[in-house]
Amino acid sequence: MRSLAATVQNIFDEPGCAKNGIKSEAERKNGCTKQLQPGSAAGGCAFDGAKVALQPFTDVAHLVHGPIACEGNSWDNRGAASSGSNLWRTSFTTDLSETDIVFGGEKRLCKAIKEIIDKCDPPAIFVYQTCIPAMIGDDINAVCKAASQRFAKPVIPINSPGFVGSKNLGNKLAGEALLDYVIGTQEPDYTTPYDINLIGEYNLSGELWQVKPLLDELGIRILSCISGDGKYREVASSHRARAAMLVCSKSMINVARKMEQRYGIPFFEGAFYGIQDSSESLRQLARLLVERGAPADLLGRTEAVIAREEAWARAAIGPYRPRFEGKKALLITGGVKSWSIVAALQEAGLELVGTSVKKSTRKDKERIKELMGQDAHVIEDITPREMFKMLKDAKADIMLSGGKSQFVALKAAMPWLDINQERCHAYMGYVGMVKLVEEIDKSLSSPMWEQLRRPAPWQALAKAMEQMQSPAAAIACDPALAETARRARKICVCNTVDLGTIEDAIYAHGLRSVAAVREHTNAAGGCCRRRIEGILVSDPSAMVQAAE
Amino acid sequence: MAIVTAPTKACAVNPLKMSQPIGGAFAFMGLRGAMPLLHGSQGCTSFGLTLFVRHFKEAVPLQTTAMSEVATVLGGYENLEQAILNIYNRTKPKIIGICSTGVTETNGDDVDAYLKLIRSKHPQLAKLPLVYVSTPDFKGAFQDGWGKAVARIVEVLVERPGANGLRDPLKVNVLPGCHLTPGDIDELRVILEDFGLCPSFLPDVAGSLDGHIPDEFTPTTIGGIGVDEIAGMGRAGWTIAIGAQMQRAAEVMQVKTGVPFRVFERLCGLCPNDEFMTFLSEISGRPIPLKYRRQRGQLADAMLDAHFHIGGRKVAIGAEPDLLFDMSGMLHDMGAQVTAAVTTTQSEVIERIKTKEVLIGDLEDLEGLAKTHHCDLLITHSHGRQAAARLKLPFYRTGFPMFDRLGAGHQLSVGYRGTRNLIFEIANLVIAHREENDQPTPDRWRTAAGLPRCSGYRSSAGAAGRSIA
Repeated sequence: MRSLAATVQNIFDEPGCAKNGIKSEAERKNGCTKQLQPGSAAGGCAFDGAKVALQPFTDVAHLVHGPIACEGNSWDNRGAASSGSNLWRTSFTTDLSETDIVFGGEKRLCKAIKEIIDKCDPPAIFVYQTCIPAMIGDDINAVCKAASQRFAKPVIPINSPGFVGSKNLGNKLAGEALLDYVIGTQEPDYTTPYDINLIGEYNLSGELWQVKPLLDELGIRILSCISGDGKYREVASSHRARAAMLVCSKSMINVARKMEQRYGIPFFEGAFYGIQDSSESLRQLARLLVERGAPADLLGRTEAVIAREEAWARAAIGPYRPRFEGKKALLITGGVKSWSIVAALQEAGLELVGTSVKKSTRKDKERIKELMGQDAHVIEDITPREMFKMLKDAKADIMLSGGKSQFVALKAAMPWLDINQERCHAYMGYVGMVKLVEEIDKSLSSPMWEQLRRPAPWQALAKAMEQMQSPAAAIACDPALAETARRARKICVCNTVDLGTIEDAIYAHGLRSVAAVREHTNAAGGCCRRRIEGILVSDPSAMVQAAE
Repeated sequence: MAIVTAPTKACAVNPLKMSQPIGGAFAFMGLRGAMPLLHGSQGCTSFGLTLFVRHFKEAVPLQTTAMSEVATVLGGYENLEQAILNIYNRTKPKIIGICSTGVTETNGDDVDAYLKLIRSKHPQLAKLPLVYVSTPDFKGAFQDGWGKAVARIVEVLVERPGANGLRDPLKVNVLPGCHLTPGDIDELRVILEDFGLCPSFLPDVAGSLDGHIPDEFTPTTIGGIGVDEIAGMGRAGWTIAIGAQMQRAAEVMQVKTGVPFRVFERLCGLCPNDEFMTFLSEISGRPIPLKYRRQRGQLADAMLDAHFHIGGRKVAIGAEPDLLFDMSGMLHDMGAQVTAAVTTTQSEVIERIKTKEVLIGDLEDLEGLAKTHHCDLLITHSHGRQAAARLKLPFYRTGFPMFDRLGAGHQLSVGYRGTRNLIFEIANLVIAHREENDQPTPDRWRTAAGLPRCSGYRSSAGAAGRSIA
């Protein structure tokens, strides 16, 4: 049995990761997760990551070994969809109390496993380790091993306590658990040359089912989806697949690569977001399957489906293109799937004013540069304050992001669309792309925004009041003020002599010519000659008389 | 007297409970310019944050000391220091509220000592209030964390009145329990102001989480009670605590400042509000305003109209102790039977709940009880949705979290008006459910020979059906 530290080290040493490949030996040892910043960190822990990655397995009981915070605060919060069992939505936790922490929680865990088997009899139980039992030394590997033997049922330890690292690390640790304990432990009922695995696809909002009809049509069978709408038996027998597609490249690359190593299942990284990516992924799948011995006509059939679907999707999106003319979008996704969505949005005619690349790999970034041009506004890390300013200054017409930055956009009265895991719409494949465009249009064209951006009545009134208090209005009301203002008008700009001074001089000395005015005042009489003549001409007779 | 039963299961299924630290953090969210900070690994914060965001549909400030495995072994001093400095530099908060978690409680971080050390090392923090409250995950529940945090805030931030400290009899401190929504707090504010009183709410989540749109982006809370206002609470004439969970905070206030207090365990229902209004009239020396005399009449009328539907219902409620006590009391007063009651943590009110037995348990227990006792109305937070669907029961969502419906922050239950609206909502739910699921059929009352005439569910539904006919 490897220690957890060794497993983590092993994950960081991922040859399939391009970013890892260019690092020095020392850097690689440090791992790929940035040191978490206390006081300015966001995002989940390793336990969160492990649970997110495995929870979509629908017929498995997911038991969280820890205090109430780990499960009580977080259960039933993901929109993955199931075509069968709903057991995954039932929450199980040992809810450790102080006594358990003093005396150890292993007995409680063992009892909990028995209770679950008595009540639900699931095909397997996944036991998630959390920080506190890890600290007090509860050995979940040993408990799970003992329980598996005693109850003759797979009880799988998912050793990914929160404090070992980030959510992403947790995804990978979950993958390791699958590799160590699940994959390859059962045999499928039958196999076909068209069997594939989808790795890192979570079927959020049932989006997998936007693509599955096309695969069905081509005769491609999803032997196992890890883990969206997945079943234990399927993943346990997934080692018999002919090819694999790595859907969310960051989360489970270790699973795809190690399955290639152990079982010779070739894989490629792809996505079903956007028209081009969907087509490319279908093509790759067909190619890999044919290389592994599937009949070659699959290629031709795939091209036919792609051509039909692309034509359909382009026709469906076409009407929106003029509506999106000149509209600018800001894309903040944490960066995982940025490039595929960038391509999708451009297809619909939106102009991208910026995209985040925080979690993107170097390859992802290159693709974004390729798509958006070299001078694209690529955001490494954006603070909410900057985001708010960007939207307030109307640098973008719509923001697409995950739930966490939702209110930054909405509070700036800006259209916003959820494209992260909590979203309620499915955006995969060709139909999903059309759906995304529809949603963007719905949001952009809503008459609500204009109303919301109007000033409140008191603000409008305050503005009117301010106008009434403007200098012009004040002068109009007060003759003395009007006189002062009139006299303050500059006549000689060169030597700054105002009308009042000149008038006083004319008045005091009865001046009649420009030269005389020049003598008595500081006026230059050059460029202001005309103006002084004007004053002399218009001099009120009363004044002249008084002067005489 | 209800019997209180503790759980015997090793495995909690579908938890009702949420953890103490986020209850504590929630209390700090009712302070202006605050940044709540959980001293634990970053998941502790992330889960809590997601939960609050989904409940309020608002941006929520909540930070973490991001304890790693190594930091947990070596002690969390450096993480806490860095977190405070980072927050101080980046978000310029008016106050940082620190809650411990299971991780840091288990390794025994002495946060009070850490804070002293941090203050002595960083003089720039001299004026920044740092309030620490100990809230281990493995003890208590959400409402305990809230209660503890408020008591700590009073202890640390309220100033003792000076020797010549004058009391302002019109100034009233209100310490609301965590079961009150921002809407409830605004309602209470209006009521108190109508009596000419000047209330200070601690915490005031209505100021921060009521869903208003700020002019500027603020990384801390966008409203709530200010630190200065808290400091001056010692000059108030009275303290009103709402919910038994606030008793301790009110006591701390009294010991520190001498302000007398009164606890209102319930503010939902006719009698509790009569008491409340009488009290306000006494302390303000003003008659009860006409507005509330009218509202009382409206509530009485609502009760008359709704008792046909709510009366006789067998209700299953799962909620934190104070909310459970309040809701079940109101429904009991309307003639409903509280048949299944599940709560999260110990409290002195639970044995006074008008039911046979209160279980400290989870939603599986509630579902099981509701099924065996043929309950026909389910009341709990949003996590009860699966149970409600399986049992095919009308389901009223209350408490925290409520993530699958909008307007959680504005659900009202206090005051005559709040109770009236709540009664209408529950009655309408029952009516709609009956219309959809329980239309009479020719065979409705036919029994197979030899079978007992009625099951529990049928008789109660039938009785309600007849009385409106």
